[in-house]
Amino acid sequence: MRVPPQDLDAPLCARGLVKRYGDVVAVDGVDLTVAPGDVYGFLGPNGAGKTTALRILLGLVRPHAGSVALFGRDPLLHGVQALESVAGFVEAPSFYPYLSGRKNLELVAALDGGQAAGRIDDALETVELSDRARDKVGGYSHGMRQRLGIAGALLRAPRLMLLDEPATGLDPAGMRDMRGLIRNLADSGMTVVLSSHLLVEVEELCNRVGIIRRGKMVFEGTLTDLRASAAGAWQLRTTDDDVALRVCRSAPGIEEARATASGISFRAPEAAVADLSIALVQAGIGLTALTPHAATLEDLFFRLTEDDGRAPIPASDAVEEAA
Amino acid sequence: MPSTATVYRWELRKLVSQKRTYLGLAFAIAMPLLFVLALTLRRHGAGPDVAFGRYVRQSGLAIPLVLLVFGSFWLFPLITALVAGDIVAAEDHNGTLKTILTRSVGRGRVFAAKALATFTYAGLALVVMGLVAVAAGGLKSGLHPLTTLSGTRVSVGRAFVLMGASALVYMLPLLAIASIGLLLSTVTRNSAGAVVGTLLFSLLLQLVTILPGLGGLRPYLLPEQFNAWQGFLRVPTDWAPIGHAAWVCAIYAVVCVSAAFLVFLRRDVAGD
Repeated sequence: MRVPPQDLDAPLCARGLVKRYGDVVAVDGVDLTVAPGDVYGFLGPNGAGKTTALRILLGLVRPHAGSVALFGRDPLLHGVQALESVAGFVEAPSFYPYLSGRKNLELVAALDGGQAAGRIDDALETVELSDRARDKVGGYSHGMRQRLGIAGALLRAPRLMLLDEPATGLDPAGMRDMRGLIRNLADSGMTVVLSSHLLVEVEELCNRVGIIRRGKMVFEGTLTDLRASAAGAWQLRTTDDDVALRVCRSAPGIEEARATASGISFRAPEAAVADLSIALVQAGIGLTALTPHAATLEDLFFRLTEDDGRAPIPASDAVEEAA
Repeated sequence: MPSTATVYRWELRKLVSQKRTYLGLAFAIAMPLLFVLALTLRRHGAGPDVAFGRYVRQSGLAIPLVLLVFGSFWLFPLITALVAGDIVAAEDHNGTLKTILTRSVGRGRVFAAKALATFTYAGLALVVMGLVAVAAGGLKSGLHPLTTLSGTRVSVGRAFVLMGASALVYMLPLLAIASIGLLLSTVTRNSAGAVVGTLLFSLLLQLVTILPGLGGLRPYLLPEQFNAWQGFLRVPTDWAPIGHAAWVCAIYAVVCVSAAFLVFLRRDVAGD
């Protein structure tokens, strides 16, 4: 069934996208909403369905259900006209290896209608490929192809740019440059959707995130909202953690209680924590520390995307030890 | 939105930049040269036992016609398949379909441009072979009046007109094979598979043509249509095989191109 997207002028509005490959549901009812000026991080582990969802958005793959609106136009209904103000790539950008970088850009500019032919040199300059523009793409490194992909997308002078893991596979300097480039695009007023499996990347660049896990969206909102959803995590240290853990597990309102390297962690509203402290004292256990624990985004990301989807938040110092 | 002509020009530019394009054309040039070389080394004796084979020492103009007969067995199907089987599958292989289909040109135009480029290439290979054969044949046997299949003689000028017309009719089964290649290229997404598949299909039709029990199919298979041009070299012109070839080849081409078009319009561009 097709659910018509509500916000018709939003750069991107997808509702109920479903794509199956045989028995595998790669994308399972995905909703995405991107507002003008957003730098939207589309986050999820590898294989979660990010790329398939982006292919649907670009009209490369037909969804089994759901609809997409790019500035109000559905690629399924309007074909390439829906992509008018949209550019981007899925997976690594691909070009003709037997043509030079410049020829490849001339080709895509011609397929855009030819208006951008005069901007090719500027685009090559922007991605710092001017001096290699005459070489065949077959000899380009992964990072150079990635930058040529951005240059190709820039030629469309898009209002919405869809980028699939643009920094993946780049060396640290390349990653830094790529992120700088994306920040510049965002600063120029372009709406950017950026898929990534790296939280730090999204945290650095994006104001809004959508988190996908096994084809389903598990979170969509601002980074602030995401951080707020981490509230309610607590750290507990006692004189007898074994007994205390049993008390925690039987106390009302206490969830996900588990032993960590430095004590016990659990999630609970404040009132339940107060009751717990009394219960612990009544059980003859001394409290040495009971502190609210601000989970990092990393913790949240793992909690939202790990296999059973409700894995407990690891204690921050346990994460530090692992890192 | 760019015109189909723009996309077509870029398809040709892509062909010009690829080695396999020249491989096919090299075959088309090599065949007449080898034939004339063989004729030169074997100074006496008759030509090959096919239509116009008897006249190859009498007039160089018989040589391109003999080569049309030989070329129909596998050379022209191979040259045609080399590009037709590759033209969509190579984009799959390079991952470039997603690159061109996320620009401002619809899938229909991309496909039309690819089909036209494929047909152009098949035609170019035929013209190249013909020109080299006329040049080499002229040098070897001289540009003398040509004996037709009816035993009459036609002037050199008239012979060129008839050869041009023959080439056009020869293009019909060639376009049918190009269409099969285009379909296999679109469906298999595998260049080698589509090229070999097209050639094997063409060879299979030839096998069916010579199997005694299946003789009834012969008029509807492509190998028969590769001889239709000979109608122009009879006096008076025998239009029956030409008309027959036109509709038989049109059926092959229309069915294959339409199927490929529909698949290309609707298919997912997934994988890399």
